[in-house]
Amino acid sequence: MTAGDPVQPRRRVDRAGIVIAALLAGLAAVLVWDARGLQSTAMYGMGPEAMPVVIASGLALLAIGNFIEALRGNLPARESADPVPVVLILVGLALLIGIIGFGGGFILATSALFVTTSAAFGRRAIVVDSIIAIVMSTLIYLAFDRLLTLSLPTGPLERLL
Amino acid sequence: MDTFAALAHGMAVAVQPMNLLYALIGVFLGTAVGVLPGIGPALTVALLLPVTYKLDPGGSLIMFAGIYYGGMYGGSTTAILINTPGESASMATALEGNKMAKAGRGGPALATSAIGSFVAGTIATIGLAFLAPWLVDFAVRFGPEDYFALMCVAFVTVSATFGDSPIRGLTSLFIGLTLGLVGIDKLTGQARLAFGVPELLDGVEVTTLAVGLFALGEALYVASRRHHSEEKLEPVRGSLWMTKEDWKRSWKPWLRGTMFGFPIGALPAGGAEIPTFLSYSTEKRLTKYPEEFGKGAIEGVAGPEAANNASAAGTLVPLLTLGLPTSATAAMMLAGFQQYGLNPGPLLFAERPDLVWGLIASLFIANVMLLVLNLPLVGLWVRLLAIPQPWLYAGILVFATMGTIAAKPSIVELSMLAGFGVLGFLMRRFDFPIAPVVVGLILGPIAESQLRRALAISLGDPMTLLQSPISATLLALALIALLAPFVLKGMGRFKANED
Repeated sequence: MTAGDPVQPRRRVDRAGIVIAALLAGLAAVLVWDARGLQSTAMYGMGPEAMPVVIASGLALLAIGNFIEALRGNLPARESADPVPVVLILVGLALLIGIIGFGGGFILATSALFVTTSAAFGRRAIVVDSIIAIVMSTLIYLAFDRLLTLSLPTGPLERLL
Repeated sequence: MDTFAALAHGMAVAVQPMNLLYALIGVFLGTAVGVLPGIGPALTVALLLPVTYKLDPGGSLIMFAGIYYGGMYGGSTTAILINTPGESASMATALEGNKMAKAGRGGPALATSAIGSFVAGTIATIGLAFLAPWLVDFAVRFGPEDYFALMCVAFVTVSATFGDSPIRGLTSLFIGLTLGLVGIDKLTGQARLAFGVPELLDGVEVTTLAVGLFALGEALYVASRRHHSEEKLEPVRGSLWMTKEDWKRSWKPWLRGTMFGFPIGALPAGGAEIPTFLSYSTEKRLTKYPEEFGKGAIEGVAGPEAANNASAAGTLVPLLTLGLPTSATAAMMLAGFQQYGLNPGPLLFAERPDLVWGLIASLFIANVMLLVLNLPLVGLWVRLLAIPQPWLYAGILVFATMGTIAAKPSIVELSMLAGFGVLGFLMRRFDFPIAPVVVGLILGPIAESQLRRALAISLGDPMTLLQSPISATLLALALIALLAPFVLKGMGRFKANED
């Protein structure tokens, strides 16, 4: 909040802000590129390609706006971030997707996510957490499968139930 | 008189035993999930959406009403007891409420918030019941161009006018609008932004986006800055009940909070932040005990909590009558309607009066249940808050991904969920608001189809947007709302230079 204060002396170029502006500009380009492949079949008014172009223009303007803010260093102050837990959770999500993709089933997939997230938040008791995770996801699986009759992905563990 | 008859009919629907049970389950689940730190009402609704998949629309919407109010109440419990407001609307509550809890007056703080929510919710729901039919009469005259203009107003107010930075708010909105383009264009059947991936042809699922942005994003964000501070849970000590003095100091703030909350919530501007902070500053000005403010004044909890709940009922006015969600929570409610192919708006009032009025009536019932359920169960909710952080967030993530796994267990969908999680993390880190993304995704396609319909009717003449007086007025309003923050900012800079 204090970073927007014009009296403040600190006016460094914000690199992350430049990256954000570049990403927005890139997104605008993708929209236009995608819209070129669309055929306008509308006799009157606008076809399907009009709105992407309008949104792309908006994104381009916002890229410029963000770029200027970044040059002025007007982004709000950020606190330091620890990348390790973030990476751990992302690994957990990747495991979840991988296990479900390769038919490992719901229980193993969510247990993997549970254990990595718990580790990301500072716990180091992997065995205990694994047991908790497997018991919990088995109960969830049974509740969904039997009570709500919603089918969750099955793997080796689910077939035992 | 029509309203009374319709409401009585709605009551008859809502008090059927099964529907009462749905409302009870909704309130219970909503509070249980909403009380978890970092989970606001929007995410509560998003997470619990899969639970309602198998119900009929009526029962599911009634459960939704319970989840909605339960999630709101749960959020304020967290704000009072651990000072981590799950959403900005609870920020004002946390200011005084947490101080009260620290001073050993957590019980009365929770009680005034529960009773205040009940009073405000009841009054505001009555307001909704009377305002809605009137607005519906007005809305049936809306043409597609008027709807388009109305959505422009919502876009601008949700993203630019009331945020910290209009540029960052609009950036969020346009990300949402871009996501809204993904999938098959409904008018011509051509695929946009699908890049040949068949799963993308159906478009981006609102729940996937909301759960990714809110739940995964929040978990990643909290994990990344865990080394900064440990949240502290204040135990509820002493009496749970309010003293005579507390009652005397609470009832006026409740009513004033309601007066702020409902009208502002009902405007297509959205957000409960403004009424809650207005209420907070008003109570601070009017109180007989100014020395207590900042140290735990009960007025500072009673007023904002009432305002928060009243504005929640207020946002249902544009949602039900115009199909216009003006907050992330309302956007999730709309997603709940769409899951059954129902489109809120004047037509729904005409075609499914039992559904709409049943929903409105169950808002009253949910309110009563909230009061009856939450005061005795406060001990249980506090115990939920005491779950160690690693298990809590691990559980939240399992629960969050479960919805997507149950609905669409494909690698593409789950990768999208993870991607939105990263997006939510980055947006939090760089201070971009989240709600405009969700509103953009939901309203973008609707706005586009209304605009295209309007232009098709006018044979391609864009002047149709200005020829309808309603549309012209609304577009002018949107333009003013868009430019106002920039102009005001310029004035602010001018003033600052003068100092």
